[in-house]
Amino acid sequence: MKWAVVVFPGSNCDEDAAQAVRETTGDVVDLVWHDATDLSEYDAIILPGGFSYGDYLRSGAIARFSPAVEAVRREAGAGKLVLGICNGFQVLTESHLLPGALLRNNHLQFRCEMVELVVDNNTSPFTRAYQLGERIQIPIAHGEGRFHADPETVEDLRKRGRIAFRYAHSPNGSVADIAGILGEGGNVLGLMPHPERAIVDWMGSVDGRRLFQSMHQYVEEGLADARANA
Amino acid sequence: MREPTPEQIRDERVYRSLGLTDAEYELVVEKLGRLPNYVEAGIFGVLWSEHCSYKSSKVHLRRFPTSGPQVLQGPGENAGVVDIGDGMAVAFKMESHNHPSAVEPYQGAATGVGGILRDIFTMGARPVAFLDSLRFGPLDDGRTRYLFSEVVAGIGGYGNCVGIPTVGGEVQFSPTYRGNPLVNAMCVGILPADGIVRGTATGVGNPVFVVGARTGRDGIHGATFASAEDPEEKERSAVQVGDPFLGKLLMEACLELIASGAVVGIQDMGAAGLTSSSAEMASRAGGGLEMILDRVPVREEGMTPYEMMLSESQERMLVVLERGREHVAFAIFQRYGLEVADIGRVTDDGRLRLIWHGEVVADMPVAALVDEAPVYERPIALPSEPERVDIPASLPAREAWLAVLSHPSVADKRFVYRQYDTMVRAQTVMGPGSDAALVKVPGMDKAIAMATDGNSRYVALNPRRGGQIAVAEAVRNLATAGAKPLAITNCLNFGNPEKPEIMRQLSDAIDGMAEACKALDTPVVSGNVSLYNESRGVDIQPTPVVGAIGVIDGIAKRLQSAPTRERAAAGLDLWLLGREDDSLEGTLYGELVCGRPVGDAPYIDLAEERRLHDLLQAIAGTRAAAAAHDVTEGGVAAAVAEMMIQCGAGGEIDIPAGMSQLGWLFSEAQGRAVVAVLPEGAEDLARLAAAFAVPLRKLGRLVASEKVAVRQAGDMVVEIPLAALRDAYEHAIPMALRAGTAGASA
Repeated sequence: MKWAVVVFPGSNCDEDAAQAVRETTGDVVDLVWHDATDLSEYDAIILPGGFSYGDYLRSGAIARFSPAVEAVRREAGAGKLVLGICNGFQVLTESHLLPGALLRNNHLQFRCEMVELVVDNNTSPFTRAYQLGERIQIPIAHGEGRFHADPETVEDLRKRGRIAFRYAHSPNGSVADIAGILGEGGNVLGLMPHPERAIVDWMGSVDGRRLFQSMHQYVEEGLADARANA
Repeated sequence: MREPTPEQIRDERVYRSLGLTDAEYELVVEKLGRLPNYVEAGIFGVLWSEHCSYKSSKVHLRRFPTSGPQVLQGPGENAGVVDIGDGMAVAFKMESHNHPSAVEPYQGAATGVGGILRDIFTMGARPVAFLDSLRFGPLDDGRTRYLFSEVVAGIGGYGNCVGIPTVGGEVQFSPTYRGNPLVNAMCVGILPADGIVRGTATGVGNPVFVVGARTGRDGIHGATFASAEDPEEKERSAVQVGDPFLGKLLMEACLELIASGAVVGIQDMGAAGLTSSSAEMASRAGGGLEMILDRVPVREEGMTPYEMMLSESQERMLVVLERGREHVAFAIFQRYGLEVADIGRVTDDGRLRLIWHGEVVADMPVAALVDEAPVYERPIALPSEPERVDIPASLPAREAWLAVLSHPSVADKRFVYRQYDTMVRAQTVMGPGSDAALVKVPGMDKAIAMATDGNSRYVALNPRRGGQIAVAEAVRNLATAGAKPLAITNCLNFGNPEKPEIMRQLSDAIDGMAEACKALDTPVVSGNVSLYNESRGVDIQPTPVVGAIGVIDGIAKRLQSAPTRERAAAGLDLWLLGREDDSLEGTLYGELVCGRPVGDAPYIDLAEERRLHDLLQAIAGTRAAAAAHDVTEGGVAAAVAEMMIQCGAGGEIDIPAGMSQLGWLFSEAQGRAVVAVLPEGAEDLARLAAAFAVPLRKLGRLVASEKVAVRQAGDMVVEIPLAALRDAYEHAIPMALRAGTAGASA
């Protein structure tokens, strides 16, 4: 399978995400500049962490107007996997590919540390390699990671199993301790923690590996089915 | 408003307001052979400022060792470069941003980070880490809490956004910094050993470009501002405003441009902006530059040549390209949406010539601006003898232990570093909270070790020995992590050099640092001097801050500063490497009891120090030890407590018979480390310690217990729950800040 990592001016976790994919799946990864208008050749697209366009207006608010995000919208609609990490999650909510919004942390500070997450869904293309209720260690690094949505939306997310990860101890005041959510079709995931920073032993955790491996496995099975049917 | 004429500048002594003394002005007239106009006088004023010319410190800085087989680039360039083997090199430098941070802490700190970042990528290096060394007054003061919070936020604001992890540094608190905080930022970058780019303007006729941000009226005279006056009187308008987003784009574009091979020379526009960058580039090449100022992109209309030359607008670079390859630069900068303007040419006449509206508005010999700037041998006071003081044992061991751990200089700095992105780039092997930070070289089983240190109490009490200790502590941090030390950078933060006693501190501290650099084989490859750190006429304690760099081949060899919870719970022995000492001179204990630094600086012997560093590296190689932590502020008591708190295990400590209990617990004698070792590793450890002639004694053990007991000859000295030590250590800074908030709202 083939991956794209979209690079906005101000993205700064693009290389980290690409490296994590190569390390965990051995797949081909392209870094794609934000002016790309066609991403149809990719099976999975990552919107990486960072400060796209400086995040000067509001995190992710300008990136949503970039040609690449228009292309991401099309591919998401076509069922391709889209993973938004940190700033990428903010871009996805700003683009309405995911509901809710990410507000300033309740303590008003940037926060970077290893946190414990609870896996709330293990049937999605992103989480199938985890156990339901499993506790995993993944670092966070954000100033605006407090997930917010109206109570009906949160209830809906919960009922439909679209809350992928919850914080065991919320570091930012997110509603319902939400750390990551799935889109309606299940093929879009946005999460504030950085799985690409939990890949090898010396990083302090390897719990991020299975997220990329889940995506790889899901796509490869789909490709195998397609070949079998062809 | 019309600019003063050359005659007015002379007759009305306008040059004084531009930072020139009467004698310096006379020298300018002599060098030019005529009276300088306003632009020229302004340019001389800023280039001959203390900040740019190092005129008071230069004669002393020459005593630093600066060479060695590992040194690829010593002082004089934008940053120093050392060889880390396997074809790779590390560029690094530390710089102060004290004066701006005292006035406008968020932007002062942010632009300090942005400035040092540009110095590193200018060398052709990919920046991979920041470290910050900070000094503030006590947190019971409202303004200090504001400065502290905003400086930390500013460092994070810039560093987090440009995507380079802040992996280390230190924060210390002392009344000496109440009116004059210190903000020293260090950046480290990786480059191929044969890929160094220098800031030289060579090749007659080659075009000169200004790239990045437009030039505005911000920061005019920032460099002269940093070289005199009291922070109380400084204006916020002289402080620049940073734009990390632009800084990130500029970094990526410049690295891409350098990789294209079209760059002849490149220089950051830091202090004194266009003036210092152009003069320094021409000076290094031994040539000249001609610049047409009408072509400089400006932020506002009506900017004069004087303002353009002295602006310190951030995120700008001066680049000399190979003639005929300009299109390469245009394509790259356009892709990043950055402005680029061709503003002049390299010449061979040795002059800096500025043209505006078709007229020559300044024409000065480059040599006079840079190489022939005044150098002062300022008067030096006689050395003063350290005072002899009896330090009363008025604080009992248990209370002293809690007081030391809750002193904000020793206490947990999580409040600070969790506001920094410490892991972006995904190469951080060991981050803040460790003795040294380790950042992996991508794709190699090799990491760069880095640490900063500098304790002004020791330097105030004994400048020479304090200088030795500043280097020894920083370098020891690397060895404690198992790395081989290679070189250092430094920031020399001192008071007013016009006072002979301050020059004595500076001169002696430099001697001490130079001695330690020689003994530890860590030459000085870059650095910065910040003088006039004073407030209301009172100078700060002399504060040389050292940034040390080393390398570890094989990251599995690294030593953590505390064992893992599991290994500690299984039981580990604690050993003291280095001498037993029970002197309280120069200690934090002494300062807590007497209310000021007292006695002489702590013991140090550079030969013993070197043997300890060699031993620590050998221990890391054999994996006899589960963890190592050096003994510094707060003594063995603080070192052992920090290890216990980190690994969550209590334990037992044994004070040798005949030693003063308080003295042994809190002595800050140098050249020592505590190592945690598996019981079966004792033999290996003893053999290695003997081989390196380092004294060794089992001082206790870690056990899976919530209790900590200190005994001497079987008698209980202190018994305390681990939780009490942890609370003191972890809550000190958050509580000091909360108490302040409550007080403010009351």
